[in-house]
Amino acid sequence: MMNLRAAGPMEQFEISPIVPLSLGGIDISLTNSALWMLIATSVIMFFFFLATRRASLIPGRVQSAAEVVYEFVADLVRDTIGSEGRKFFPYVFTLFIFILAANLLGLLPSIPGAPHEFHTFTTTSHLIVTLALAMVTITIVVVYGFMKNGLKFFKLFAPSGLPIYMYPLIVPIEVISFLSRPISLAVRLFANMFAGHIILKLFAGFVVSLLAAEGVIKIFGIAPFLGAVAVTALEFLVAALQAYVFAVLTCIYLADAAHAADH
Amino acid sequence: MSVFANLIVTAAAGAAEAHEEAASAGLPQLDPTSWPSQLFWLTLTFGVLYWLMAGKFLPSLGGAIEERRDRIADDLDQAAEFKRQAEDAEAAYNKALADARAKAGAIAADTRAEMDKEIAALQAETDAALDQQLGAAEARITAMKADASAKVREAAAETTRAVVETLIDEAPTDDAVAKAIAAVRA
Repeated sequence: MMNLRAAGPMEQFEISPIVPLSLGGIDISLTNSALWMLIATSVIMFFFFLATRRASLIPGRVQSAAEVVYEFVADLVRDTIGSEGRKFFPYVFTLFIFILAANLLGLLPSIPGAPHEFHTFTTTSHLIVTLALAMVTITIVVVYGFMKNGLKFFKLFAPSGLPIYMYPLIVPIEVISFLSRPISLAVRLFANMFAGHIILKLFAGFVVSLLAAEGVIKIFGIAPFLGAVAVTALEFLVAALQAYVFAVLTCIYLADAAHAADH
Repeated sequence: MSVFANLIVTAAAGAAEAHEEAASAGLPQLDPTSWPSQLFWLTLTFGVLYWLMAGKFLPSLGGAIEERRDRIADDLDQAAEFKRQAEDAEAAYNKALADARAKAGAIAADTRAEMDKEIAALQAETDAALDQQLGAAEARITAMKADASAKVREAAAETTRAVVETLIDEAPTDDAVAKAIAAVRA
């Protein structure tokens, strides 16, 4: 009989140190999370290194693929922000490709028998990571908004063209919606990754439990197995979609900052 | 125990075990001890990635795309120029063709007119010669006719004179004979 053990669905999110490090009393150990951030950036850098090594008029396969991503994000930035968006293009691009790589790499299967700290880990399934990315976006929005529009940036909260008695109602709503942006941005990505991996793990856990059972029941393991396959396919879609959504919302918020005075 | 009951129990046990573990460990996401490390490594990796993207990869890719776009635009411009030249050449060719045709037409018309004139002159000459010959022939015929009738009249006069001499043994005067013949003819 195989020695099968279903790991708990939360185990995959646990952070374990690989190389303990400390900076000024603060624990900055290289953990499994840090390892997968490094893997994600390395994969991206390797891909773009190959793509731009001989950037040529007639692109090779890798360069074509990189150009597709480039044009995709460039179109997104141009369509939502307009011509002012050019200076934010590298940020939106890095954000998109980093989240995409982190999400997709998290779907890799772990090497069987590897110790926990070397299991596949989804860095974007931690709220602190997505919140940090969201805060960077919002900080850029606020700083750029005030730099570009001065105090007219506050017109964002008071859209023109409304009857005067509507403002006491609209302004608080706009302020709350603005303040909830970083939270919704962070939670949307985190929750999608978190929930997806829990569901995957639950299905996989059922497969293991049923296989470990006695007799004919083993056969019923096929149902959660098919479920896990289907959810895996869905998770690939979610991984790409959430990276796109994060980039789109960043662009929309930046567009708000760029055009606040025109409202 | 039936198979299905067993199945449900097994599944439930799995779920319960999972739930228990989650409850005992707490959400790893809400454990603040790992936050500084995550933020540090995120800043490092994301920062380096941004630096490389903004400074190297994106300008390189964008440059290649831009260059290609310019090149294609140039090529299209050049193609348009060539097309314009080809159209010019075609127009020039058509004009030359039309000119040549007009010239050929003019030459043909000239030649025709000249030939018509020549034919007319030749015909007039021939007509004149024929007219002249005809006139001469007619004059000859008239002369011969006159001559013949004079000879007939003379013969008639001779005969008349001979007949009259035989009948009355007296030669009639020429005047009388002529008068008699004129009376008979009338």
